[in-house]
Amino acid sequence: MSVNVHPRVDFDVIASLVEPGSRVLDVGCGDGELLELLQTTKGVDGRGVELSQKGVNDSVARGLSVIQGDADSDLKYYPDAGFDYVILSQTLQATRNPKNVLTELLRIGEKAIVSFPNFGHWRVRASLAINGRMPVTKDLPYSWYDTPNIHFCTINDFVDMTKEVGAHVESAVALNAFGGRLGFNMPWGFWNLFGQQAVFLLKR
Amino acid sequence: MTRTSRSTSKNDQKSQEATNPHSPVVEFGADKPLHLDSGVSLSPFRIAYQAYGELNADKSNAILICHALTGDQHVANLHPVTGKPGWWETLVGPGKPVDTDRYFVICSNVLGGCLGSTGPASINPETGKAYALDLPVITIADMVRAQAMLVSHFGIEQLFAVIGGSMGGMQVLEWASSHSDKVFAAVAIATGARHSSQNIAFHEVGRQAVMADPEWKEGRYLEHGTVPRKGLSVARMAAHITYLSETALHRKFGRNLQDRQNVTFGFDADFQIESYLRYQGMSFVERFDPNSYLYMTRAMDYFDLAAEHEGRLADAFAGSKTRFCIVSFTSDWLFPTSESRTVAHALNAAGASVSFVEIESDRGHDAFLLDEPEMFSAINGFIRSAARAKGLLPS
Repeated sequence: MSVNVHPRVDFDVIASLVEPGSRVLDVGCGDGELLELLQTTKGVDGRGVELSQKGVNDSVARGLSVIQGDADSDLKYYPDAGFDYVILSQTLQATRNPKNVLTELLRIGEKAIVSFPNFGHWRVRASLAINGRMPVTKDLPYSWYDTPNIHFCTINDFVDMTKEVGAHVESAVALNAFGGRLGFNMPWGFWNLFGQQAVFLLKR
Repeated sequence: MTRTSRSTSKNDQKSQEATNPHSPVVEFGADKPLHLDSGVSLSPFRIAYQAYGELNADKSNAILICHALTGDQHVANLHPVTGKPGWWETLVGPGKPVDTDRYFVICSNVLGGCLGSTGPASINPETGKAYALDLPVITIADMVRAQAMLVSHFGIEQLFAVIGGSMGGMQVLEWASSHSDKVFAAVAIATGARHSSQNIAFHEVGRQAVMADPEWKEGRYLEHGTVPRKGLSVARMAAHITYLSETALHRKFGRNLQDRQNVTFGFDADFQIESYLRYQGMSFVERFDPNSYLYMTRAMDYFDLAAEHEGRLADAFAGSKTRFCIVSFTSDWLFPTSESRTVAHALNAAGASVSFVEIESDRGHDAFLLDEPEMFSAINGFIRSAARAKGLLPS
């Protein structure tokens, strides 16, 4: 279900937010790269859900506990507060009902970590403003008609949604095009313009 | 009665394996009765098994393989009656995913079976004759209880893994549910937590075919020296269709004719598929006891793990520390992926550790017995990861 290209600069940021030895559910875990990273470096008890069969099979062959499932329909099978962290990396924009998914993440996990591409980034804005076409960039390589990313949002949009679902933003990181962290004290509007991706740590 | 024909001598061999098998046998005497789900106690009883590899010093490397409906304990050696290779040599053996160089692998003939464990063809000590239908009805949980006694007999406190497909998968789920502390890892393939109405229906057709054969003699055919060949053969033919997919059947046989250019306007086996099914039916009769077939199918029909927990399947696995791997096949219509997904969701709800893979295959239910590289790589990855977690492999 994860749609971004390699290298995944958000993985290191996500890993830095996870406490060692915690219980982690990675929703949209792809081929299990992040889960494996978290198991090796943080000793987490990790589980995964992945939509694509190939991703699931690759993950299981790596020895990870991963099941085939859909973030939109299958999170309801997980018990309340079963995990310390539920991670949704680069997957939110591909869900049918992002708000519902976010609510579910916060039900299942004590904390949720969400990373997503920022549609407010100046390149995206420029692409639309100057070319008058839906942006296709190195990190968002799909055309409008074949993209799995049906629900893009900007950092500002996401912050609004966290308020709507009553989530508390514990910390947030914006990354520039080179994977570098943007200045911590900048206002959301600055991040929204210069952050290419964002990683949010949310709490109920 | 003279017994000269080849099939009759095979039949002798079959009876021999039921009462005096090639496999080692553990006998549980009057001091160790088996309390069956039916409310009856069975005693004495015996379990025949095959074992491969070496049990390590702390007895932590044991893997139990659970066989399917018409399988047996000969998982990785030549079959004593048919002379064919073991039924799961693709998965079990030296260097295979279930590596007999590393693990101590046990496979026992299930209770109610016909390859040496107590079943309807065994001698009832009270009468000196075969049990036939006097054997109490056996359930999946009963089979597992008997296996647990065998495992204890080896001094094994916890199995590293329990692995099985189809009816074997039902046993795996039952093990994980009712003996969860004795199962470190569980691999349930092409199975479900219950037998569906459609599956029960197919089994009933099979049983009725056996019982409608005049040679069945109300189950007392051994005393009459008869064999309900036709009935068991038809049962097997019908069942065999459910193990394959339409695509696989069509690819293999199409509408091809058997050794002839035209249809004969009669009822011989004109089509290859007819000839194939007849062969499957007849060769099954040579190795399987008809009454045992009734008992095995009944055991599967009765299986409903959720029903034992007030309809909540998740409760069957509450608090489980077992690591699960669930495998299904896209073209399996006997145990479709939805059945496996139900199990996976219940395990999620119970907070258990679960992997669930659906393997793309057009070979139907039987795919679990065939060369399916993606299944092997998933199971291999799962077992290696579990072995690291249990300290059987360096992490």
